[in-house]
Amino acid sequence: MLRIYCPYCESVRDEDEFHCVGEAHIKRPERPDELSDQAWGEYLHFRTNPRGEHREIWHHVVGCRQHFNVVRDTETYEIKSVYRVGEEPSSAADSDA
Amino acid sequence: MTQHYSFLQLIRQAINHHEGWKPAWNSVEPKDSYDIVVVGGGGHGLATAYYLAKNHGITDVAVLEKGWIGGGNTGRNTTIVRSNYLRDEAAHLYEFALKLWEGLSNELNFNVMFSQRGVLNVGHSLQDMRDIERRVNANLLNGIDGEVLGPSDIQKIVPLLDCSPQNRYPVLGASWQPRGGVARHDAVAWGYARAADRLGVDIVEHARVVEIPLERGSHSVEGVVIEHDGERKFIRARKVACVTAGNSGVLASLAGLKLPIESRPLQAFVSEPLKPCLDTVVMSNAVHGYLSQSDKGDLVIGAGTDGYNGYGQRGSFEIIEETAHAICELFPAFSRVRMNRQWGGIVDICPDACPIIGRMPVPGLYFNCGWGTGGFKATPGSGFVFAHTIAEDHPHPLAAPFGVERFHSGALIDEHGAAGVAH
Repeated sequence: MLRIYCPYCESVRDEDEFHCVGEAHIKRPERPDELSDQAWGEYLHFRTNPRGEHREIWHHVVGCRQHFNVVRDTETYEIKSVYRVGEEPSSAADSDA
Repeated sequence: MTQHYSFLQLIRQAINHHEGWKPAWNSVEPKDSYDIVVVGGGGHGLATAYYLAKNHGITDVAVLEKGWIGGGNTGRNTTIVRSNYLRDEAAHLYEFALKLWEGLSNELNFNVMFSQRGVLNVGHSLQDMRDIERRVNANLLNGIDGEVLGPSDIQKIVPLLDCSPQNRYPVLGASWQPRGGVARHDAVAWGYARAADRLGVDIVEHARVVEIPLERGSHSVEGVVIEHDGERKFIRARKVACVTAGNSGVLASLAGLKLPIESRPLQAFVSEPLKPCLDTVVMSNAVHGYLSQSDKGDLVIGAGTDGYNGYGQRGSFEIIEETAHAICELFPAFSRVRMNRQWGGIVDICPDACPIIGRMPVPGLYFNCGWGTGGFKATPGSGFVFAHTIAEDHPHPLAAPFGVERFHSGALIDEHGAAGVAH
């Protein structure tokens, strides 16, 4: 069971309050009309899927219902940092999870 | 020379107190170069090597396995084999595999204990039943056996299944594929390893691929660098074929590629051994659990995947709880059965829940991955069509719709939730 710090509720909660949305920092194309099939495919489907640090979006679905970012190690499951949408990861934002 | 397994051989060995048996295959030291290197010594990788040798006469092949044969997902799945997929492309591929299963023990001279005890996919709502009828009809049109059963017929097949109408998720019906069943999963890896070894394929255990170097000018594959016995070694190869399930993303990144795949743990458990009580496979998408009883008597129970990426071969606690709910809903009698073991395998999930089989943008590099939660059933077919794709450098007709290009063209094969994709 992961224990995840929600930066909006400012408390640590159990994993089953949350839903993982997927990889974070994937930018929606600014000019979709001009995009090639190749670029659309990359945007929609291709993911980094690392064995190690992974930046992902989590949704506090049965809590405050806010989205936020988490840096998590996919091998050890350690949560390295938690930060709000629009922010960049920093070690200062570390949770005690 | 490998011994032929037969009744006569058994008698001969019995006279010698079973001291004359030879290893089924030999794990060897790798040579400096091969025609084809297969990365990943699971069922799919070994089957690929076997069919390369048998169907295409290519025996200068090495299978590199980072652990030991039968220690990865081949030994971690719930052993279910069926072919009742909805989409034509998927149905043809899995049915091709099922036909190979039917002759596999003879072909490999190794008892894979394939038991066609039938697979029930149970429906609990009106929509479930509409989907089941649609899928069974699609199966019949594709020449795949199937039948829609009502609760009374189901009750006859599985007396322990709770079919009472007062249930929260009542059993309204099921699809029934009599040719589906189970096989002994590690025997499949051992059988293919032995058969490939017999044909001259080198099987190298404890060899982890750490680099996939590319030629400078042509950007084609040069070979692989492995870590073996604490040392790094370069193996030159004309073609490199990766069949590494959950680690496909890691392998792709070694060649500078990204895949439309995310890796997650899929869990399973086995119970204490019971007397025979379940002689078929029961699966339910709606309550999300599936189980069968092994020949040893333990219940083999499959669960869902974690809700997030991970490479830990264990899986999360909520999934255990959810699965226990599902099994108790279907089989109240099993609520007091104790579980013996629990584990996870890392599955490679594609957005359309269908595999990727074929060439990569890097010349000489091939991937067979993305089987997600349901690769075991396809093992013989997967190896067969992938071997063809590598040998001919052109996709096998059954593999053609499964190229990675489909994620750019948009021609996805939408199996997710459409078939009985409860793994």
